[in-house]
Amino acid sequence: MTYLFQQLLNAMQLGSIYALIALGYTMVYGILTMINFAHGDLFMVGAFLCFIAATFLKLPFVPTLLISMIGVALLGVVIERLAYKPLRHAPRVSAVITALGVGLFLENFTLVFSPYPQHVPELIANKTWVIAGVSISSLQIIIILLSIGLMILLDQIVRHTMVGMAMRAISWDKTIVPLMGVPLNLIISITFALGTSLGAAAGTMYSLAFPVIDPYMGIMVGWKAFISAVVGGIGNIRGAMIGGFILGGVEILVAAFMPSTYRDFVAFSLLLVLLIFRPYGILGKPRPQKV
Amino acid sequence: MKKTVWLFTLMLLLSMLAAACGGGASDTIKVGVVAELTGDIPAVGASCKNAAEMSVQEINDAGGLDVGGKKYKVELFIEDNAGKADQSASAAQKLITQQNVVAIIGPNASRYAIPASEIAESSKVVLISPWSTNPKTTVDAKTDAPKKYVFRACFIDPFQGRVVAKFALDNLKTTKAAVLYDVASDYNKGIAEFFKQTYEENGGTVVAFETYTTGDKDFSAQMTKIKEAGPEVIFLPNYYSEVPLQIQQAHRLGITVPFLGSDSWGSAELITLCGNDCEGYYFSTHYAPDAATPQATKFIDAYKAKYGQVPDDVAALTYDAFGLFYQAIQSAGKIDRQAVRDALAVIPKFEGVTGTMQFQEGSGDPIKSAVILQVKDGKFVWFANAQP
Repeated sequence: MTYLFQQLLNAMQLGSIYALIALGYTMVYGILTMINFAHGDLFMVGAFLCFIAATFLKLPFVPTLLISMIGVALLGVVIERLAYKPLRHAPRVSAVITALGVGLFLENFTLVFSPYPQHVPELIANKTWVIAGVSISSLQIIIILLSIGLMILLDQIVRHTMVGMAMRAISWDKTIVPLMGVPLNLIISITFALGTSLGAAAGTMYSLAFPVIDPYMGIMVGWKAFISAVVGGIGNIRGAMIGGFILGGVEILVAAFMPSTYRDFVAFSLLLVLLIFRPYGILGKPRPQKV
Repeated sequence: MKKTVWLFTLMLLLSMLAAACGGGASDTIKVGVVAELTGDIPAVGASCKNAAEMSVQEINDAGGLDVGGKKYKVELFIEDNAGKADQSASAAQKLITQQNVVAIIGPNASRYAIPASEIAESSKVVLISPWSTNPKTTVDAKTDAPKKYVFRACFIDPFQGRVVAKFALDNLKTTKAAVLYDVASDYNKGIAEFFKQTYEENGGTVVAFETYTTGDKDFSAQMTKIKEAGPEVIFLPNYYSEVPLQIQQAHRLGITVPFLGSDSWGSAELITLCGNDCEGYYFSTHYAPDAATPQATKFIDAYKAKYGQVPDDVAALTYDAFGLFYQAIQSAGKIDRQAVRDALAVIPKFEGVTGTMQFQEGSGDPIKSAVILQVKDGKFVWFANAQP
């Protein structure tokens, strides 16, 4: 029983990181119907900013987190302006290829500065408590609570503020809504800033939990977060959160109760089966093609 | 317009002249290096490059290498494989066809050395991998016969797995071991299996045999499972960039048993990434800088003076790979790919930095010994020797 609880705790930690990154994919898709494949690499940049702030500026946890989130948010906005905006009316596939290109650029740009894996210093004093046989570390608690806090905050922004309303409106119709005075470019920039800063927060927490970072760390995590977003129903914010926890849970529990070699095989087969029965994801709704 | 045509013609002529010069320079020995300069284990590539450059510089500063009564300078071509299997193969191809090298040193990690060795074998060019310990590097996968043109400067994993398993049983007095390894990497998988085999043949039990795939950072599920199985020692035959994460996560889960590693631990980066978490653990490797022979001491001092750090096993083995190549080309007496291969295969005895070696009859694997090092006060310290 303690074994199961320990594994569930592991799953919560991994799942909350997937969920935070998945939000970035789903928000951009919701508003631009485009998949920002550079998002996993923005997550990596977030981890590297955390490393720089913690190692060279010797800042504590909260300022480090803020620097990472703000830095990556600015980068996200700049990328959208320079790389994606000119392609807004181009075929969808051009934008996807550009996003892949931006991702490669970010990886190789970081590679120029640091081909070596880097060690992120311990920003949060690591304490481990053992409660009824289950080891809980201070880091796990912070990661899980902070992720859930950020997700609730985002959910509130999207549902209960003017900006959030504008975002939902643009996601509904990109042609008519700007005619009614909603500033399209500004709202798209805000969406990118919010989505990428959550990715950076995930990057920061990930680099604290797994303190060896390298320029390629975003690729696999990015793919898994993207899958989480699809499973939850891409474009749906609450779906992305649920998807992240489902993927994290399936991965950990498969490794926990079956030979760990089958982990990815079983985890992704389950997700494929799920998509057969719910092709739009758990909370996703079919979008009718307008002609 | 006319000017452009003239300029173009001039450039064409110049480039032809340059090409002619390059091709006609027969008083150099061209050697290629394929190293992991970028990718997931860049410290390995950096050590390999440093040692290669140092070795070549030593020869050239001394006026060149005496082959068949004539002094030849050594010309070095270094290619990055970016930590990718396909790029290793294409880098080897490029060195063979475009740079026209006599021999290739590298790649180091088995998962890159195996694809590059296929190219070298089919092109009939000698390839010496300094650090690849997986048996498949020198053995043809289809026929199980040894490759003719592929050699290595290090011992192989069946031997290393046996050394570590014996060490866990006899020195650490354990009977229950757990293994966590990267199932997607030839090196890790091979040595994990050899360890398990020897450990169980000699009366031990492997209570958990867990895997992950390259690039994973979260090992919490596997470590929780290992903890549940209650081993007395945990073997991690994984690369230096992943081991620190695995040990840290194990510690966070409250695992206190000792960890064991293999030669993939032996980079100074391990200490940087691990901090205090690796203190007191053991791993098997190729040589011990603190218990070196006079010849090794000379190399270590020169390396320290040039690069400001103690050479790790990759640097020492690369240096030895070059040594093997020089000795082979000298005994061949001519700069010819086939002659170098034939001379290398019958080298009677080579005294290297990492010990004495000699190739087994009809095989590219040398016979040599291993050492066990311990991580102590942030340094690698000699602990025991293991004979073949």
